[in-house]
Amino acid sequence: MTELLRPRSMGQARERVDGAAKVTGRARYAFEQPVERPAYVHPVQATIARGRVRTMHTGDAAALDGVLTVLTPDNAPLLATGHDPELEILQSPEVAFRGQLIGAVIAETPETARQAAGLVRADYERQPHDVTLSPERDDLYRPDVVNPSLPTDTGQGDVDAALRAAEHTVAATYTTAMYHNNPMEPHATVALWDEGGLTLHDSTQGVHAMREAVAPVLGLDKERIRVIARYVGGGFGSKGTAHAHIVLAALAAKRMPGRPVKLALTRQQMFSLAGYRTPTIQRVRLAADAAGRLTAIGNDVVEQTSRIKEFAEQTGVPARTTYAAPNRRTTHRLAALDVPVPSWMRAPGECPGMFGPEVAMDELAEDCGLDPVELRVRNEPETDPDTGLPFSSRDLVGCLHEGARRFGWQRRERAPRSRIEDGWWTGTGVASSTYPVHSAPGTSATVRLGRDGSFEVLIGAVDIGTGAWTILTQIAADALGVPAEDVHLHLGDTDLPQAPVAGGSSGTTNWGTAIVEAARSFREKYGADAGPGDELIATVPANPHSDRFAMRAFGAQFAEVRVHAATGEVRVPRLLGVFAAGRIVNPRTARSQFIGGMTMGLSMALHEDSVFDERFGFVVNHDLAEYHIAACADVESIEAQWLDEHDPYVNPMGTKGIGEIGIVGTAAAIANAAYHATGVRIRDLPVTADKFLD
Amino acid sequence: MEAEITLTVDGARRTLAVDTRVTLLDALRERLGVTSPKKGCGHGQCGACTVLLDGRRATTCLALAVAHDGARITTSAGLAGTDELHPLHQAFLDHDGFQCGYCTPGQICSAAGVLDEAERGWPSAVTANITDITDTAGAPALDAGEIRERMSGNLCRCGAYPNIVAAVAAVAEGRSR
Repeated sequence: MTELLRPRSMGQARERVDGAAKVTGRARYAFEQPVERPAYVHPVQATIARGRVRTMHTGDAAALDGVLTVLTPDNAPLLATGHDPELEILQSPEVAFRGQLIGAVIAETPETARQAAGLVRADYERQPHDVTLSPERDDLYRPDVVNPSLPTDTGQGDVDAALRAAEHTVAATYTTAMYHNNPMEPHATVALWDEGGLTLHDSTQGVHAMREAVAPVLGLDKERIRVIARYVGGGFGSKGTAHAHIVLAALAAKRMPGRPVKLALTRQQMFSLAGYRTPTIQRVRLAADAAGRLTAIGNDVVEQTSRIKEFAEQTGVPARTTYAAPNRRTTHRLAALDVPVPSWMRAPGECPGMFGPEVAMDELAEDCGLDPVELRVRNEPETDPDTGLPFSSRDLVGCLHEGARRFGWQRRERAPRSRIEDGWWTGTGVASSTYPVHSAPGTSATVRLGRDGSFEVLIGAVDIGTGAWTILTQIAADALGVPAEDVHLHLGDTDLPQAPVAGGSSGTTNWGTAIVEAARSFREKYGADAGPGDELIATVPANPHSDRFAMRAFGAQFAEVRVHAATGEVRVPRLLGVFAAGRIVNPRTARSQFIGGMTMGLSMALHEDSVFDERFGFVVNHDLAEYHIAACADVESIEAQWLDEHDPYVNPMGTKGIGEIGIVGTAAAIANAAYHATGVRIRDLPVTADKFLD
Repeated sequence: MEAEITLTVDGARRTLAVDTRVTLLDALRERLGVTSPKKGCGHGQCGACTVLLDGRRATTCLALAVAHDGARITTSAGLAGTDELHPLHQAFLDHDGFQCGYCTPGQICSAAGVLDEAERGWPSAVTANITDITDTAGAPALDAGEIRERMSGNLCRCGAYPNIVAAVAAVAEGRSR
């Protein structure tokens, strides 16, 4: 057991360290780096979903005043192939999805680059494309693992037999839509290739991860690549892995040695080039005895990946671990289609994979004649049903009870469609949430004593809006035993110690642990005699408790929903989330993380739906006017609360990670509340007005 | 085709020659190095590029620079004038009205516009009784519902809306006292 760091600065609701720079707009994001005489890159994208480019006609583009060069598969610099097909652009005439990069214009101004890109014409040899996701396909396949490296299928007992024997059963299909991350800052890179190597100012969740991804593709020693990202305008997973445009920026820079090149994807381009969450089709089965104790849980998932690169979303995972049941089964089957490459989006697996089972639990509660909170409490497992390990800490029941108390759950009518107020059917719903505690060994941090007695802390972490600048300062202060004012952080640069991506809600665990290790080692080495310039770098080993405990955060989501009786308009006047997520380092930034996740969950529940046109193979609503994300008027009361949780096994801070659990379960709670309001059960997201009208 | 224009940006007079296709946003960001207004969509759909253009909030990605010769532009960086921070800046810090910060300068310029519009007695789609306002030339009270409606042209993917509403309400309340 690790001794938890004593909180002094931790626990304080400190204002964001980067706050003043951000509110005034002085914080410079990737595309805003002051560079001399930049050239601008505008991509050219495939307009077919499958086939090959026969000829690129670039004459009109090249003839335009201000065009420096036009890149095509015929003339682009060579890449090393065999590493990552998503990144190996302009190396062959093959087209694997509509929107794939087939060229680019480099010009003196962004206007000229864009105009010229529009003048490039491609002749294609078209092949019939196949972009239809369906559970009826006969070519669904079983991936070797699901993201990140979890078993594809799990099972124990006999779910079929349990369903036949059970007093109460639910067997239904639930679907989630295709979603696009859409961080507010479009993906952007400023690249400079000179004698020193390649410098990339990139909008990324991980500077080291980006370097690791592009170095082999570019055939460059990674020591010759520097990636910098001090401020990043959100990512939600889409900036956690390298996408093709970063390679395009590097190729353009290679063609313009010594001159910086700037590439920002347009919002429309992001819908085919920056990843997305696969649609999911979930066949969920639950069985319970007369007392509402689960005898079986199953989730058989069908989803898509791209033909050129596999991403298998781990949608079945929540069904493995949330509730006790002797008979269990989860499977994942994929259709490899001529579609853009899916990837991480906030809580991959857990987020869509909580929708089906948690709506099914609501249906089971009704079938059992039990309160939905009570049904969940009755099925609390003693150990992790997936691994058999004890939980390092788990307080789902506490979250459900505290949430029910704060939400006024006991006033709820038992029967659906019981309450109408001013023409609005009104109801409430609940869902559980869970998200794992991820950690990766190998993170490093440096602690250095400055001339003025303050400390510098160096780590290649990235703050994408999570609050890392602030909370890592607080952790470092407590680890060193100094006030937070005496800690100065350096983040977001591969010249700093190695740090993993801001993803999987693991930033605080990985980076914080490294900082604590470095601070403790510094104190051990120098004691009270440290002088200016003394420094120490420490690297985190694997967590020795990881094999002994299942480590997860839990939460309960409560929603109130109103559906207009005449129009079907859906509103969410109230959301409450209660979380057991370890120690909270900064209540101010943590609350923003929770309510931000819940807001994205509300957006998923009511609005988001990438409409894929199967005739052409692309998302037709590819902008922020038609791909609707929650706006200010969509969000009324959202509250987040947390329970004190002391977990000595997760890391020296006792934190579990809070970036993703807020989105998990929210859509199910809203769909369940919509059912309670109207008596209409919606199993296919989003919950839109038309689904309430006959 | 290029045209010479003059803009007053955060109090500084700037003269530049622009391609007539250049948006006001790209003139600011790519020609003048003024990066407080952000580009989130380029189509006037997200509000990240909002500034005060001759005193009124405007999405600069939908404006052509050449059409605004002589304009006076205030970005979030210039909103406080010679002070360190504007009351809206401080309120956004106090209420944590942002996370990644990319939409924030636009949110703050938009909020400045909201406060001004309300003081002028301009109604919104949710103002219950428009005649009350116009009769008295009084300001509609900026309650949470009014603020949510008036701030809905500025998207925030981090989901800081409740905190943004609290921040704007705090400044509105301070002004009305």
